[in-house]
Amino acid sequence: MKITFPHMGNLWISAKALLEGLNLEVVVPPPCTKKTLSLGVLHAPEFICLPLKINLGNYIEAAEKGADTIIIAGGRGPCRFGYYCRLEKEIMDDLGYNYEMIVLEPPEKSFFEVIQDIRAIAKCSMLQIMNAVRTAWLKCCVVDEIERKVQMIRARESCPGLADGIYKEALKDIDSAQRGKEIISIKRRAFEALNEVPVDPKREIVRIALVGEIYTILEPFANQNIEKHLGKLGAEVKRSLYLSSWVNDHLLGGVLPLESTKEACRLAAPYLNYFVGGHGRETVGSAVKFSREGFDGIIQIAPLTCGPEIVAEAILPEIYLSEGVPVMTIYMDEQTGEAGLITRLEAFVDMTRRIKFSEKDSDLLILRG
Amino acid sequence: MLVSVKVGIPRALFYYYLFPLWKAFFEYLGAQVVVSPPTNKEILNMGVRESVDEACLPVKIYYGHVMYIKDKVDLLFLPRLVSIEKKAYICPKFMGLPDMIRSNLTGLPPVINVDVNAVKGQRAYKKAFFEMGSHFSSSFRKINRAWNEAFKLQSRFEELLVSGYFPLEAIGILESGHKGEKDKHDAAHEIAVLGHGYTIYDNFLSLNTIKHLKEMGAKINTVENLPLNIIERTAAKLPKRMFWTMGKRILGAALYYLERSQIDGIVYVTVFGCGPDSMIADLTERYARRRGMPFILITLDEHSGEAGVITRLEAFMDMLAWSGKNENHFSSHGKLVDIC
Repeated sequence: MKITFPHMGNLWISAKALLEGLNLEVVVPPPCTKKTLSLGVLHAPEFICLPLKINLGNYIEAAEKGADTIIIAGGRGPCRFGYYCRLEKEIMDDLGYNYEMIVLEPPEKSFFEVIQDIRAIAKCSMLQIMNAVRTAWLKCCVVDEIERKVQMIRARESCPGLADGIYKEALKDIDSAQRGKEIISIKRRAFEALNEVPVDPKREIVRIALVGEIYTILEPFANQNIEKHLGKLGAEVKRSLYLSSWVNDHLLGGVLPLESTKEACRLAAPYLNYFVGGHGRETVGSAVKFSREGFDGIIQIAPLTCGPEIVAEAILPEIYLSEGVPVMTIYMDEQTGEAGLITRLEAFVDMTRRIKFSEKDSDLLILRG
Repeated sequence: MLVSVKVGIPRALFYYYLFPLWKAFFEYLGAQVVVSPPTNKEILNMGVRESVDEACLPVKIYYGHVMYIKDKVDLLFLPRLVSIEKKAYICPKFMGLPDMIRSNLTGLPPVINVDVNAVKGQRAYKKAFFEMGSHFSSSFRKINRAWNEAFKLQSRFEELLVSGYFPLEAIGILESGHKGEKDKHDAAHEIAVLGHGYTIYDNFLSLNTIKHLKEMGAKINTVENLPLNIIERTAAKLPKRMFWTMGKRILGAALYYLERSQIDGIVYVTVFGCGPDSMIADLTERYARRRGMPFILITLDEHSGEAGVITRLEAFMDMLAWSGKNENHFSSHGKLVDIC
């Protein structure tokens, strides 16, 4: 059994660590490229959301490397992701791939249901499972910590690209590290290197929050490297979602004192008074939260035709009117040209910078970006 | 109450499924029910102007109906239809619709806004109606009677649907009290027209797809023409339970029509950007292909020229006719149908 899984940002590092810790053979799909997307687009339904298209590409490319089993999360709706596992299976069957599908349905009560699911796949001892989970979790947290630091440095570095170089190197090291101590020392080294990156103290930094649908926020290929572009424009980026906080919220039942989206859900009222599936309510709530935390601009990213995010998009202008922080919505689809995106980002960052650094203009009514 | 309260119901979305229930319920409680007119260009334009670009056409049209009716009523009926049955939702957009409307439209009258969420059990459904009823009466017994009456009428509506009428015809029959002449022309082909009810039965939105198919000599079956228990039984065979009510019914009906009944082809009508349909239409197409059943997918948007749709439907009907007459290996999918 050679297991593969779809890409979602840095998920592969933790997923690989977890599955290998369970003595399973893992095939990590090649990084997402335009070819991945083209393969997916070719075989996916026309109006399905972007993640499924990229997932299909991942599976096809992983099959070329010998994968025969897919592991993916399930769901109970109303977001389309809940039925991904089934539709993807049907599509792969029709294409003639012989994939086995392991679906992890969301736990109803506790994390132990996930453990039980895992035990059904991997025949290994409880101790091994706990070790694998611990290593995977540690990698997940360390990656996120380094990433947050990189998001700070990107906006300030005087020579663009240095921070990303260190980040890339650190990810590679974390992936190959086996033991906790190693991972911690990689983190220390990465932080030291990042602290030494020369920064330009005169830059006028704006703080931009990214909110929206989890996949398009976490997967740089799906959002056309929006964070890097924003960094180059001198914007410090913070996301509403990091993998570690998502895992803590949804798989560990929120037991660890990490930043949680629960608060965002609470803040969504009175703008949006009900959950709408996916991350719609988190998007609205996070926009409110970031507005109140003093961010200079909020960008919503989502795959085209994503229902929950359309609801959020309709409500965000109201948040701008009452909280006063500019909001922009960007939909991601199969269009891969970056120039249009960069132009929009430039305009948005310029606008937020003007509001922040020139007092007299701040009374002007700014329409949605 | 001397002057009865005017309750406005937009003629869109779940109007096509639950209108008799709502109307009877409100009327029994002494309200006057006002419905917006059938969708027209003006309503569509208002809806498109006020809603976000990415919303689907039925939602945009709903905006238009709300715009049209909002100044003509005392109370606007704007429920949050989260779920109407256990373990199934309707669609994310329905769950956020009241908040979207409130955010995007100004000058709304007071609103009857209740959350209908039967995901954990049917009792919540009834409870939502009691909350609605409390706008009109404080008497529990009166509301209970209204609910019973309304439910009876809704059952008759559903019986009419199963006996072969479409929702608008059935609503007409319930209102006038007598059954009209059922058009009984000889049908050359029996066709299943699948899709969300608020898409296929809104004649303006669906560009008269049903009417055109009838004129081309088709007898039409829809999801609503099948008894619910049969649909549920067929849908239960799906490898994973479908968690959208409409999606489940469409897939259940598709499987039923594919397996048992004598239909010659499937016409699936969807709208641009419909989340659930992007999956259900694709699954339906896959199931149809595997059984060699002719299938056509019609995707609608704000474009209101009918000619393109008519051409495609004609081609589809011609194909059905020829495949019966000339040869039995006529391509029912792929190049010939999909490209046009």
